[in-house]
Amino acid sequence: MYDITIIGAGVIGNFIARELSKYKLNLTIVEKDNDVSNGTTKANSAIIHGGYDAKPGTNMAEFNSKGNPMFDKVCEELDVPFKRIGSLVLAFDDKDMKSLEELYNRSIENNIPDVEIIDGDRVVDMEPNINGDVKGALYSPTAGIIGVYELAIALAENAIDNGVDLKLNTEVKDIEKTDEGYKIFTNDGEIKSKYIINCAGVYADKINNMVAEESFKILPRRGEYYVLDKSASYITNHVIFQCPNEFGKGVLIAPTVHGNIIVGPNSQELNDDERNQTQTSRDSLEYIKKTALKSIEKIPFNNTITNFSGIRAEPSTGDFIIEELEKAKGFINVAGIKSPGLSSAPAIAQHVVRLVQEISGGLEENLAFNPRRKMIIFSKLSKEEKAELIKKNPRYGRIICRCENITEGEIIDSIRRNAGATTVDGVKKRVRPGAGRCQGSFCGPRVMKILARELNKDMEEIVKDGNKSNILTGKTKS
Amino acid sequence: MLNCDIVVIGGGPAGLAAAIEAKKYGIDDILIIERDKELGGILQQCIHNGFGLHVFKEELTGPGYAEKFINELKGLNIEYKLDTMVLDITEDKLISAINTKDGFMEMKSGAVVLAMGCREKPRGALSIPGTRPAGVFTAGTAQRFINIEGYMVGKKVVILGSGDIGLIIARRLTLEGAEVKAVAELMPYPGGLTRNIVQCLDDFDIPLLLSHTVVDIKGRDRVEGVIIAKVDDNKKPIPGTEKFYECDTLLLSVGLIPENELSKSAGIEIDRGTNGPKINESMETNIEGIFACGNVVHVHDLVDFVTEESRRAGKNAAKFIKNQLSKNDHVINTEAKDGIRYIIPHEIREENLDKNLDLFMRVVDVYKDVKLVIKADGEIVREINRKHLVPGKMERVKISIKDIKNKNISNITVEVQGKGKQYEGI
Ligand SMILES: Cc1cc2nc3c(=O)[nH]c(=O)nc-3n(C[C@H](O)[C@H](O)[C@H](O)COP(=O)(O)OP(=O)(O)OC[C@H]3O[C@@H](n4cnc5c(N)ncnc54)[C@H](O)[C@@H]3O)c2cc1C
Ligand SMILES: Cc1cc2nc3c(=O)[nH]c(=O)nc-3n(C[C@H](O)[C@H](O)[C@H](O)COP(=O)(O)OP(=O)(O)OC[C@H]3O[C@@H](n4cnc5c(N)ncnc54)[C@H](O)[C@@H]3O)c2cc1C
Repeated sequence: MYDITIIGAGVIGNFIARELSKYKLNLTIVEKDNDVSNGTTKANSAIIHGGYDAKPGTNMAEFNSKGNPMFDKVCEELDVPFKRIGSLVLAFDDKDMKSLEELYNRSIENNIPDVEIIDGDRVVDMEPNINGDVKGALYSPTAGIIGVYELAIALAENAIDNGVDLKLNTEVKDIEKTDEGYKIFTNDGEIKSKYIINCAGVYADKINNMVAEESFKILPRRGEYYVLDKSASYITNHVIFQCPNEFGKGVLIAPTVHGNIIVGPNSQELNDDERNQTQTSRDSLEYIKKTALKSIEKIPFNNTITNFSGIRAEPSTGDFIIEELEKAKGFINVAGIKSPGLSSAPAIAQHVVRLVQEISGGLEENLAFNPRRKMIIFSKLSKEEKAELIKKNPRYGRIICRCENITEGEIIDSIRRNAGATTVDGVKKRVRPGAGRCQGSFCGPRVMKILARELNKDMEEIVKDGNKSNILTGKTKS
Repeated sequence: MLNCDIVVIGGGPAGLAAAIEAKKYGIDDILIIERDKELGGILQQCIHNGFGLHVFKEELTGPGYAEKFINELKGLNIEYKLDTMVLDITEDKLISAINTKDGFMEMKSGAVVLAMGCREKPRGALSIPGTRPAGVFTAGTAQRFINIEGYMVGKKVVILGSGDIGLIIARRLTLEGAEVKAVAELMPYPGGLTRNIVQCLDDFDIPLLLSHTVVDIKGRDRVEGVIIAKVDDNKKPIPGTEKFYECDTLLLSVGLIPENELSKSAGIEIDRGTNGPKINESMETNIEGIFACGNVVHVHDLVDFVTEESRRAGKNAAKFIKNQLSKNDHVINTEAKDGIRYIIPHEIREENLDKNLDLFMRVVDVYKDVKLVIKADGEIVREINRKHLVPGKMERVKISIKDIKNKNISNITVEVQGKGKQYEGI
């Protein structure tokens, strides 16, 4: 019997798990996929928003403003890349300038520090590649960028280090109320749990409907992106937004923590049964291209290295839903966590801990809690450190990914860790081979060999991502 | 810190030929650094015939061609390190590299020869929409799986791009029992050599769809099919021409890019036409004593030319060490004009010319019955009639030394003339 079962190993579920592991609890996370951070958390803008955007008084405003300042500490503890680079919302006409004022006023109501409206000259001074027609911008220096799946993975690892149990490939099919709590039916047997925390992302309404009547709907919306090569990084050092107008929220141009540039997203409503449809489409990509060129006229789209898309979990209520269900005690929804969900994650997690404390009548601290998780990133080490490391473990002397200079040592480490990688994409999410400009055409076969060796599998059994995404189809004749 | 006269980065045919030639010109202290577990570069996975017709007057396989050089290299006792990656080079020719045995190494070299080859453009470079399932490979990766690792990458295959690697892999897959459904090519002409179209597609009844491209990829876990559409003159898909091809694999043979991350870190100037370093008559870059040759300079279709050019690089690196290269001399620039994408070399220091000059170039489009016109300071020095010019084939043009030496010429241009209607622009 678990005290708490968390459904969904995205950034929200994992953050809550890690926060709860500071207390003496018997915890498990169940995740339907074969890896953590495989839902919305793996495909978004990865921006820690300043917090001026959300409507004052909403959960989104509250948790974004509280969450943003918490990232420095958690990223330092967990060795997750995070940079506070600031953001600019660009205005190109009087109407836009009006929108900036509205946003500015919201920033005051939401208690966001240091936000200011700056004039066009200063914008171009800060970012010389921005379209010279710019009239002004809302500058929010506390906005940041983060390694988002690295964060979610690090949280899971650290939670496991502190006693949490992670069940992958385990899909919740149904839930039954019992005297002691709940019985959770999965494809891999039953789980008994006193409490449940529903962090199932775009499927959160389905989980809710297993224990209660429908009270909200998740309306899936896709956003697509371009990723540009590192050689395009000169185009901006800040996150560049556009003013919301009657055509939508515009698209953003942002550096990533690894030195690439991302451009996107659009927003496309999907049907109810399309929640896993993360393809891209020509129309959307063309729209993004066209729209982004308004902010920066010369974006080197010919240096694109990949495209991707993610699905927003838009709640029909319009705001994050974070509460214990009246009709199902001990069942907490953390649902409709659309943007700025990532930015709000640390504050949401603390809030959920308070809810659990109230529901359970108090929690006992886990004195053995270790907040730290370490990662070796070879390319970041000094010459002396590199030499020293290879002496200790020669596998750090073999480069597997030539684009990002990732060593065999790092790849093995990513497989052997808690919540370790079991797929080619899993290795890529953790240590980045295949995320560079050649997109794995060089390292792909080499990473597969390492996976096969470490997991004691045949090459033909190695998958790209999902359990059926086998890469090879057999042996050659000779 | 190690010290070397010449460090050669990359042990493919370019690096091998350069090292051998430098040794023959009297330099003993040479080191080749290769990141793979064997020498030979990309040739090791090209197990088909078609290498060496120019250099050896016989048809060899890729590994066969490489072996001749590797044996010679070993005979000459030239040192090499395998499984060793060069991480960085500086302008001062300070090289850092790592491997599992020696760990982190730094070495100072008198001269450097860059011979890192090239890499393939991935799917992202084309922004092909659709899902991102398993089963999408670059043709070279597929070639490596099949020819080196012994694994099949799919059963029903569509190939996008008609570059040589794509054509050769189409034949190889067919011989291995896979069904190659089609090769789609965006341009109105094939990218690879004609002999490969005939021997790899026509002989196996594989359709080549010119002016077509893949506009969508289907399948969540594994590729389940692709949609191919015809494109118009602006390379935009024509609505209504989409056709679904059921397949489990999509191979991309959509172009190669010289691998110049190291060159850039050393501050070497890159030509936007070739994506490789700018080069002079001695295969030297804009940084004195750093030479480059092979696919790192410009993508070759024939290894024989790689060998030739790399011998020149090796010989000149040796001359540089011996202080025999003239530096401050009269310089002639080359310039690609109408119909020509690029010319190698970019500049010629007259005093270092000791024999006729070879210019290497590619055209931008397919031309029939045209003239290649070479001018020195605007005056025609040579005209060559050509029945057929294609971008997929590198052209070599010889200029007699007496036409340019001691004439105080400052620029040589090459253009395609008489192309009339065939010219469609790029
Ligand atoms: C295009 C886009 C851009 C965004 N940009 C930003 C941004 O810049 N800044 C920001 O703050 N936020 C942003 N967001 C929002 C942010 O990405 C999300 O708020 C956050 O990732 C949500 O995390 P999650 O853990 O709730 O969901 P997910 O990561 O989707 O996790 C839910 C998990 O639950 C699992 N699951 C579902 N059903 C079951 C079941 N039955 N049994 C077991 N497991 C199940 C899923 O497999 C999944 O792993 C963006 C979102 C999108 C789509
Ligand atoms: C698939 C294919 C088919 C071909 N078919 C034919 C044919 O039929 N006939 C023909 O004549 N020609 C053919 N060619 C052309 C010819 O083989 C190539 O042009 C030639 O191999 C290029 O030689 P290279 O030495 O410049 O590059 P490569 O052979 O690519 O060698 C470069 C070497 O440098 C190493 N390297 C790169 N970076 C580093 C680093 N940082 N540190 C250490 N080492 C590094 C690489 O591992 C590699 O071994 C073909 C080419 C290809 C790719």
